[in-house]
Amino acid sequence: MSVDLSQFIPSFLEESFEGLELMESGLLNLKPGDNETIHSIFRAAHSIKGGAGTFGFDSVTEFTHLVETLLDEMRDGRREVSSADTEILLESVDCMRLLIEAARDEQDYDHDKVSTTSARLSETLGGQQSTDSDSENESNVNKNDGCGYNIKFIPEHSLAKTGNDPIFLFSALAELGELTISANTEELPALMDIDAQELYFSWELTLITTAEEAEVIEIFEWVEDECLLELEPIVNKANEEPTNNISDVADGVINELSVESSLGEIENQEVLASTKVDNEPETATGEKSKTSKTKAKADLGSIRVGVDKVDSLINLMGELVITQSMLSELGNDFDMSKVERLTSGLEQLLQNTKEMQESVMRIRMLPISFAFNRFPRLVHDLAIKTGKTMELVISGEQTELDKTVMEQIGDPLVHLVRNAADHGIESKDVRLANGKPEKGTISLDAYHQGGNIVIEIKDDGAGINRQTVLDKAIDKGLIDANAILTDSQVYDLLFEPGFSTAAEVTDISGRGVGMDVVKRNIQALGGRIQVESVLGKGSTFKVNLPLTLAILDGQLVKVGTETYIIPLISIVESLQIDNQLINRVSGDMVLYRLRDDNVPVLPIYQMFNLETECTEIDKALLVVVEGDGQKVGLMVDDLLAQQQVVIKSLNDNYQQVSGISGATILGDGSVAMILDIPGIINMALEQAQKIQRVRTDGNSNVAAEVCL
Amino acid sequence: MNIQAMAQDVPVEGEHTVEGIDFITSGDQYLTFLLAQEQYAVDILCVEEIRSWEQPTKIPNAPSYIKGVINMRGIIVPIVDLRLKFNIGKANYLETTVVIVLTYQSEEKSRTIGFVVDAVSDVLNVESVDIKPAPAFGGCVGQQYIDGLINSENKVVTVLNVAHLQQVEKHRLQG
Amino acid sequence: MTKVLVVDDSNSIRDMVSFTLKSAGYQTVEAKDGQDGLSKAQTSDFDLVISDVNMPNMDGISLCSELRKLANFKFTPILMLTTESSTDMKMRGKSAGATGWLVKPFNPEKLLATIKRVVK
Repeated sequence: MSVDLSQFIPSFLEESFEGLELMESGLLNLKPGDNETIHSIFRAAHSIKGGAGTFGFDSVTEFTHLVETLLDEMRDGRREVSSADTEILLESVDCMRLLIEAARDEQDYDHDKVSTTSARLSETLGGQQSTDSDSENESNVNKNDGCGYNIKFIPEHSLAKTGNDPIFLFSALAELGELTISANTEELPALMDIDAQELYFSWELTLITTAEEAEVIEIFEWVEDECLLELEPIVNKANEEPTNNISDVADGVINELSVESSLGEIENQEVLASTKVDNEPETATGEKSKTSKTKAKADLGSIRVGVDKVDSLINLMGELVITQSMLSELGNDFDMSKVERLTSGLEQLLQNTKEMQESVMRIRMLPISFAFNRFPRLVHDLAIKTGKTMELVISGEQTELDKTVMEQIGDPLVHLVRNAADHGIESKDVRLANGKPEKGTISLDAYHQGGNIVIEIKDDGAGINRQTVLDKAIDKGLIDANAILTDSQVYDLLFEPGFSTAAEVTDISGRGVGMDVVKRNIQALGGRIQVESVLGKGSTFKVNLPLTLAILDGQLVKVGTETYIIPLISIVESLQIDNQLINRVSGDMVLYRLRDDNVPVLPIYQMFNLETECTEIDKALLVVVEGDGQKVGLMVDDLLAQQQVVIKSLNDNYQQVSGISGATILGDGSVAMILDIPGIINMALEQAQKIQRVRTDGNSNVAAEVCL
Repeated sequence: MNIQAMAQDVPVEGEHTVEGIDFITSGDQYLTFLLAQEQYAVDILCVEEIRSWEQPTKIPNAPSYIKGVINMRGIIVPIVDLRLKFNIGKANYLETTVVIVLTYQSEEKSRTIGFVVDAVSDVLNVESVDIKPAPAFGGCVGQQYIDGLINSENKVVTVLNVAHLQQVEKHRLQG
Repeated sequence: MTKVLVVDDSNSIRDMVSFTLKSAGYQTVEAKDGQDGLSKAQTSDFDLVISDVNMPNMDGISLCSELRKLANFKFTPILMLTTESSTDMKMRGKSAGATGWLVKPFNPEKLLATIKRVVK
């Protein structure tokens, strides 16, 4: 019978990547004498090797074998754990990842890297190891020259205690050919002396077969050391050569066996390829290549969900069913006397649905440790590259985050951590000179705040030099030389395209391309990034992200006939406009005085070209929102309800629309657009610039149209 | 209106991913409709459904021929007024005004868009040889949207290219 | 029905062994490490145990000797599924009471063929 195992490849891959992460984090924290960690690293490598062999990922098996051997030496205490070995092993983990990914995608990999690392591993192992693990010396040995064997099988009395039963051995033998058995009962003691758990018989067997000697011995493989086994071929000279060949072909029995060589000792013989009865001759190698052809399906984007989450979902489902049956019973025979029960039933339904929704969302939530766990390695490598001493402190790694957000936040975080290591942390000498501890600290923290997750990347390095940033920005023409900027405005310059503060461009943080991309990526996720810094003390980058991309808490607003949704996260406050606080400045700009701030007013109806009766600013409502650290007041006709909405993309059937982040379907089935606050602020800025250009061109008509 | 009944025994679902019109199969079916007084046709296999006109939700700063988006069973579907897009006739919204929702599956993705037309008229059985190239003498409808012409009794029907109809032109902000 | 306890810390290997056995008509119970396997063995009888060697919490060798201490596992066949092909490891398995071993790479046909040597 044939069993298709390819369906298990995705789970093997997932497990392997987890294993690699475990190896990596283990290696990074490895201290000499820490046997438990070495054991767990070894186990991970061992499992990967085992699985890879099963699926025919030979390159992975071969390479991992070397890694395993090295780890085995460490495990047995034959080798001290040195930092050089740890480095090689870390590099090997990278190679294994490369090889597994290549096997998964059926792609080629970086042979140079793998062979270099492989060579270094072999060198470390003392050049004793061959890269080939188990399949040495394929040869045809022990050809069956005759037509069968005489077998003498004298087991030890205790054979049954390891669970072996001669009957099964004999029936396995009988499958190879014609078997005659005779038992020798000489050793059977007197009835009184019999121990029911002991075995007193021995046997002489005659097996007429074309099978190889190794095949026969293999059957006794597990009991070899618990018995006396003699095997003697029966040679029939008359029909030796030709018969042998003919019968081989006729039965289609494969005679190629790959046998592990070990000084010819029978007990060490290991038959790797099973002998298969098949109509087509098939060799051991043929079998292998068949397995490797099994398609490794790419990551199906599966998610592993804790049983507790599924259980809570099932519980909720149960409650929902109860509510539903209660409601439908009510509906069968409804009269006004039951209104109260109906109301409470509907309330219950609302509660159930809400909890159900939260529970379903939780399924997509994973602890942020999935994104954090690559950083110890990164910081370790960065420390080596920069020659600085630093350590990484991670906290809040159990904080949960939507899987999609997690996948997309990885790269921006890497960049921020690199930035901290490269630009933040000072060199050892500078730190000592400034009275700081020699070792710099980068800390990563995550916590929930409202409906958001906040990720902090903090370093105790030099901090951001305000003046340096300003000089550079003026130098690059990003700002006017006379501009007066607040600290946070100055820090925001770091995220401008083409800005870099490092005195020297390094290969770690790159050439200043990146921080702007970091910001863009975070914004694309509906998040924002803020910087706090104290010169000489260090900087903190705070990334604020929505927990999920699928659902949003929104404020519904009315503009003309249209309903829009403003994400609650970006709303600072909503207010009735007080005429006294409106200021028209610089000709066409309308500012609203909000305590100390002057907030520019953006009339949505104008920006979106809508018709409304509510064009007078003092009749409208102002929703003050913040995006990109900039506060603006959105002028709307009316505030409606607040509710959670499911975000639908406009991209699927249409395209990205500026000022709009997506759409949703309201309770009445109609579509409402969700406002993209940073997008709207940008639109307003672009519009303002256009007007200014037009104005300097001497044409004020267009400007007049836009201003209030 | 039941498009399945109109199309009779032609399955609407199925693997029909050939660009525009499949010229290999003979006897394709086309849904014809009216824009002003002119007859147009689209491959019936692209027709998802025919809906009556409803006011869509506006897309900010979209070109005037894009009327907005509607909710079609949870999917956000943009609505294009073909009369405005082609500049034919008047964009009145009457009782007979309908939206033909077309889905076109290109190699990368499938796109579903609703098109406002004056009325749906008929289903035509057409042999591929009967689709003649259109003369390149201008007219309001751009050549790229036209796959050919069909003579139906004494009228001429313009066969539209769904793939090109589906392409959404990037619209810029109107400032 | 023959009931098999499958002990392995790797989900994919455990699933494969279990799948292979089930498709050949065996009944299987899975355990994720030696500790888990032992506690499952304490509450139920099995006709065969197939266990990995290298596992956290309790390795296969310890599991094997623990199982042999249980009255209902005195003669139950216990097979070690392992990549360890060294004699040393086999000896350790044997002295802990293992019936035999199956060497990875895991091959379903071979698994089914070999377990016939210890169970019906």
